[in-house]
Amino acid sequence: MAAVERNGAERDRAGGLNGTRIAIALAVAALALGAPYLLYPVFLMKLLCFALFACAFNLLIGYVGLLSFGHAAFFGGAAYVTAHVAKVWGWPPELAILAGTAAAAAMGLVMGFLAIRRQGIYFAMITLALSQMVFFVALQAPFTGGEDGIQSVPQDRMFGLFDLSDSLTFYYVVLAIFGLGFFIIWRIVNSPFGQILKAIRENEPRAISLGYRVDAYKLTAFVMSAALAGLAGGTKALVFQLASLTDIQWQMSGEVILMTLLGGIGTLVGPVVGAGLVVTLQNYLAESALPVTVVTGAIFVVVVLLFRRGIVGEIAHWLRRRG
Amino acid sequence: MSDPLLHIRGLQGYYGESHVLHGVDLDVFPGETVTLLGRNGAGKTSTLRAIMGILRRRQGTIRMNGADLLRTPPHRIARAGIGYVPEERGIFASLSVAENLTLPPKVAEGGMSLAEIHRLFPNLQERAGSQGTKLSGGEQQMLAIARVLRTGVRLLLLDEPTEGLAPVIVQRIGELLRTLKAQGMTILLVEQNFRFASTLADRHYLMEDGRVVAEIRREEMAGKMDLLHETLGV
Amino acid sequence: MIPLLGIPTQVLFGQLLLGLINGSFYALLSLGLAVIFGLLNVINFAHGAQYMLGAFAAWMLLNFLGIGYWPALVLAPIAVAITGIILEKLFLSRLYRLDPLYGLLLTFGVTLILEGLFRSLYGTSGQPYSPPAMLTGAVNLGFMVLPIYRGWVVLASLVICFLTWFVIEKTPLGATLRAATENPTLVQAFGINVPRMITLTYAFGVGLAGLAGVLAAPVYQVSPLMGSNLIIVVFAVVVIGGMGSILGAIVTGFALGIFEGLTKVFYPPASNIVVFVIMALVLLVRPAGLFGRER
Repeated sequence: MAAVERNGAERDRAGGLNGTRIAIALAVAALALGAPYLLYPVFLMKLLCFALFACAFNLLIGYVGLLSFGHAAFFGGAAYVTAHVAKVWGWPPELAILAGTAAAAAMGLVMGFLAIRRQGIYFAMITLALSQMVFFVALQAPFTGGEDGIQSVPQDRMFGLFDLSDSLTFYYVVLAIFGLGFFIIWRIVNSPFGQILKAIRENEPRAISLGYRVDAYKLTAFVMSAALAGLAGGTKALVFQLASLTDIQWQMSGEVILMTLLGGIGTLVGPVVGAGLVVTLQNYLAESALPVTVVTGAIFVVVVLLFRRGIVGEIAHWLRRRG
Repeated sequence: MSDPLLHIRGLQGYYGESHVLHGVDLDVFPGETVTLLGRNGAGKTSTLRAIMGILRRRQGTIRMNGADLLRTPPHRIARAGIGYVPEERGIFASLSVAENLTLPPKVAEGGMSLAEIHRLFPNLQERAGSQGTKLSGGEQQMLAIARVLRTGVRLLLLDEPTEGLAPVIVQRIGELLRTLKAQGMTILLVEQNFRFASTLADRHYLMEDGRVVAEIRREEMAGKMDLLHETLGV
Repeated sequence: MIPLLGIPTQVLFGQLLLGLINGSFYALLSLGLAVIFGLLNVINFAHGAQYMLGAFAAWMLLNFLGIGYWPALVLAPIAVAITGIILEKLFLSRLYRLDPLYGLLLTFGVTLILEGLFRSLYGTSGQPYSPPAMLTGAVNLGFMVLPIYRGWVVLASLVICFLTWFVIEKTPLGATLRAATENPTLVQAFGINVPRMITLTYAFGVGLAGLAGVLAAPVYQVSPLMGSNLIIVVFAVVVIGGMGSILGAIVTGFALGIFEGLTKVFYPPASNIVVFVIMALVLLVRPAGLFGRER
């Protein structure tokens, strides 16, 4: 997506650590640690899972320039695997989540291998079609429980220590998982690997002529993105004790795109903001008479037409113009 | 002299951020053949593109037959009576030769009939069913010129019609342009090959760095060879 | 009747017919997508929703205005085409200068709006729509019983596809479209109103989807979700066929429908996903698509 709004991708990299950023980071950390005393822990956990999902998706679109329309396959697929191994095989939570993540990575490898053979629009359509295939498999496979999904997934003790059935404890565990995922993404973006990804995104023919095996880099990024999406999905399965078809439908792929677009493609923090907004909005709309899909679609249209940098992107742009 | 058919004053042009035309002034009177000479990058093609509205960001004055072309939407500029033969020739691969020939709509009366065109360009009739891009370079150039001749244009814009063509084809194109001139066609020709241009043109405009730096009449050509050699780097 | 490979011929041909019908819709919709993509460079995600709109337009014409199938075949596509014109002029045209993925995202948003709207009005279950009197009933062909309406669907689709192909490949209007797809700037410099052509082409593609919707109404039920599951398969069809060729879209659509039908006979659990599996195989062997011209 060569011409997509890139936002402060360069800025984030150049920023690194300085006084203001440390202060902001500490404030956010304080907020995160204190949040469950203000809001329902389950709601916050949902928010964190989707935030991680969106950040994982953003790694692919914002930093590699590939729009995947099938990330629900990784999110929902991992949810199913985690739910299954936890419930049917009795695995402890940490291994269950790991299993989900690994399954998502494996799916990412296969899907990515097929999709990367084409670019741009075709890539998007292929990922959509492949994830729809995964959806149909999930619909029909015996272990997924069809329309009902996998329910009553057990919440055990994480590492034998943390009792996940206590929402507050589980919240801090999820916060840690999110922090880990976010940190991994931050490190990827600011590494030599990330630099090469950026070079590929800006001018692929040149990267090829410089001798980089561009497809290998793209595939690696794809697998990383899938794995992190799987991490989010597996965690969510344990939080809600449920893995269902909703997590693996194409509408879910659309939702994560919206979260990232709304928050700001190519910004580190944008997807978090976008996820927060969309999850909050959905919660609010669930009570009201307004159909959620219509509102989601309307936001999509408005953002694509007028607001392509996303919230964080617009703020970064505005700050750049002032300074 | 009568009023100019094409009148350009102070034309500024931009490709994105790049400022390519820095105030072009030129006139083309009815029935004249005028050339734009200059090195690569002097702004000759950009001037033609600015006239046709392909170069979008423009300021200044472009008037054709009195009509303000800067305020005309791009798809109506041809209707002012201008036929454009681009540098890359622009023959459509997804069209046959016959379809390429009949694609541009008639903009005025007085264009050549299909029969006349086939008489002038017999091999276009022979190859009518072939894919447009299967023609040789010279044939494609002929096709690119022929298709606008059908539409009844009064002003022909030609961008380097002889580029990359064999001398015998170049000669044919020269003859063609001379015939058109004799029939009263007004021609604005962009050429790097000034030997070719000098056999045809009534006047030459010399361009450098996006503006016209000299105007040379046909009779003045001999005396200005030094200037030409210097500016064109020939 | 002698069974073929252990399957009774009645069942085999019955499924083949169903496959041919599905294939008709795959062909019609991927044709519209290909025409739109060729000129606008936009993937019209809303194509499925516009197909749904066509079906609902026919249903509404019948249930609110008492207007039957035959007039609906003309009126519904026109109505849907008009919504397409509005969508193109107001929204889509603003995105042409940008990455084509934004067009995909915009039409995705439009899909959500349309489907959400209709879902809130009509729920997810389908509304019935009867075929016109003239096309009801069935005819016994010996090796199978052919419901007349279904035969009509296949016939009509073939005719529509052929007409579209003919106009595009063999007429001056089609020549203008092909030229504008190749080099819109030059075509505009010849004095052809390309922006208007773009709007009308989008309207045509969308109208085609609407027409498919009317054809579909008596076959599948008229439901708000009828488009979305279909469109994703159509995307796969388009990837398999390659977007460069009108004929390719038509042939691939019909062929994949038949393939799907055959799979349903011999290995039913895979019938949902066989198109995607074929897509995966084609991507491995011929990434540009079977008829594709792009890289």
